[in-house]
Amino acid sequence: MTVKYTEDHEWLKSEGDVYVIGVSAHAAEQLGDVVFVELPEVGKTFAKGDEMAVVESVKAASDVYAPISGDVVEVNNAIVDEPAKVNEDPQGAAWFVKIKPSNPAEIDALMDEGAYKDFAGNS
Amino acid sequence: MSANDHSTLKTTPLYDLHSSLGAKMVEFAGYAMPVQYPAGVLKEHLHTRERAGLFDVSHMGQAYLRTTEAKLGTDEAHEKIASAIEALVPGDIKNLKKGSVRYTVLLSEEGGVLDDLMITRLFFDQFQGMLSLVVNAAMKEHDFALIHEKLQGVATLEVMTNRALIAVQGPKAAEVVNRLVPGSIDQPFMTARPHFWPASDDQAFIVVNRLGYTGEDGFEISVPDTHAELLTRALLAAPEVEPVGLGARDSLRLEAGLCLYGHDLTSETSPIEGNISFAVGKRRRAEGGFPGAARIQRELAEGPKRLRVGLRPEGRAPAREGAEIQSTDGKTIGAVTSGGFGPSVGAPVAMGYVDAEHAKTGTQVNLIVRGKPLPAVVADMPFTPHRYYRG
Repeated sequence: MTVKYTEDHEWLKSEGDVYVIGVSAHAAEQLGDVVFVELPEVGKTFAKGDEMAVVESVKAASDVYAPISGDVVEVNNAIVDEPAKVNEDPQGAAWFVKIKPSNPAEIDALMDEGAYKDFAGNS
Repeated sequence: MSANDHSTLKTTPLYDLHSSLGAKMVEFAGYAMPVQYPAGVLKEHLHTRERAGLFDVSHMGQAYLRTTEAKLGTDEAHEKIASAIEALVPGDIKNLKKGSVRYTVLLSEEGGVLDDLMITRLFFDQFQGMLSLVVNAAMKEHDFALIHEKLQGVATLEVMTNRALIAVQGPKAAEVVNRLVPGSIDQPFMTARPHFWPASDDQAFIVVNRLGYTGEDGFEISVPDTHAELLTRALLAAPEVEPVGLGARDSLRLEAGLCLYGHDLTSETSPIEGNISFAVGKRRRAEGGFPGAARIQRELAEGPKRLRVGLRPEGRAPAREGAEIQSTDGKTIGAVTSGGFGPSVGAPVAMGYVDAEHAKTGTQVNLIVRGKPLPAVVADMPFTPHRYYRG
């Protein structure tokens, strides 16, 4: 399963029957040094596009939106304790949440790596 | 994140240098300015506190103000120009020494702050009767129009349209500047010293000011556009110095408890409410004679109704400008005017206005962040100790 992206600069990839979600390397670079992350509680249900998490850099706060609908099954508290990880490894160790999708069809509508690179390059 | 078109913006003489250093440019006060370099805001901030940071502040407004009521170079001329500007600001300019700088504010008739500024009494004997002014970039057109209008017939304002302003701030700043301009290391705080630089045929008239807006020891150097890049490259060649953008300039001044005009000070706030009473000279408090004097004297005597205070949120979440401040029983008592993460403090810091009865250090308050109360405490400023040169 390849990595998919949203227009709000989240990425997701499948891991068994759940999806791991984070912010793209492009977004992390644009944000600058991340100093604060707020994650949702495990068990919370989101619809696609809901505000799901908050990430703040020295200068600004940004919302992270749910790229798909579903239930949060796990969150990465390591990035709450060490927000700088989001800059160091945004598409690896600094994942945000894992979601069990309620409407897998939503995933097909997201961009693949090539489409996202074109999108981010022009944004 | 849309593509940025900076083609209509004003630029400083260091624009090309910023680009070559990999700066991310943003619009600020009508200028294309570096918000950060590749190192990023956090590293730039910490480097300034540990070594030295270089800032392009050429967008700020520089001007000379000259008396037309007396011959330049006389004590009388200084008296005249000081009286003229003292009609607009509450600082004591008459008693300023030659080559000294004062921080004060332009006031409205209601005693509100129209801008904060630096006023220098020129160093050379032959230029007595002249002051130099440095005002905020966003306010410079407004300020200069106001000063021109109010002082017509007694003084002339000459805006310096071809001078850059380069700040070097941090514990290593004095050593670095001293290598280029010997003697600077011993220059007193809040003074301005004219020099010719460099020691070659093509010299420029520069003014080395020992002051800044980071809470650190440092300098702001006024240099002609023609020599701005040369001077900046010479400063950046020092191993202690890294370029620093507006992002870290903001977090540094916030930790230092210093006001950003238009946010922490506005035309609605008096200097007493703004907790910058030091901008009102001792002699002036008694004498008055500046716009809004009645209100300011009353607030000095009775205390202001509200006050700018420091705020330390608990936990890691920053509270930003606009966040409502509530008492612990849920009443609105004010608003945050600046806030963010303090890299040197290692925690979020903020400042804002609260009703006077809640302004005491240690008072528990709540800051409303994303609809939720974030516990915070009223705290002393600065959040990081000032380390100005004290000789």
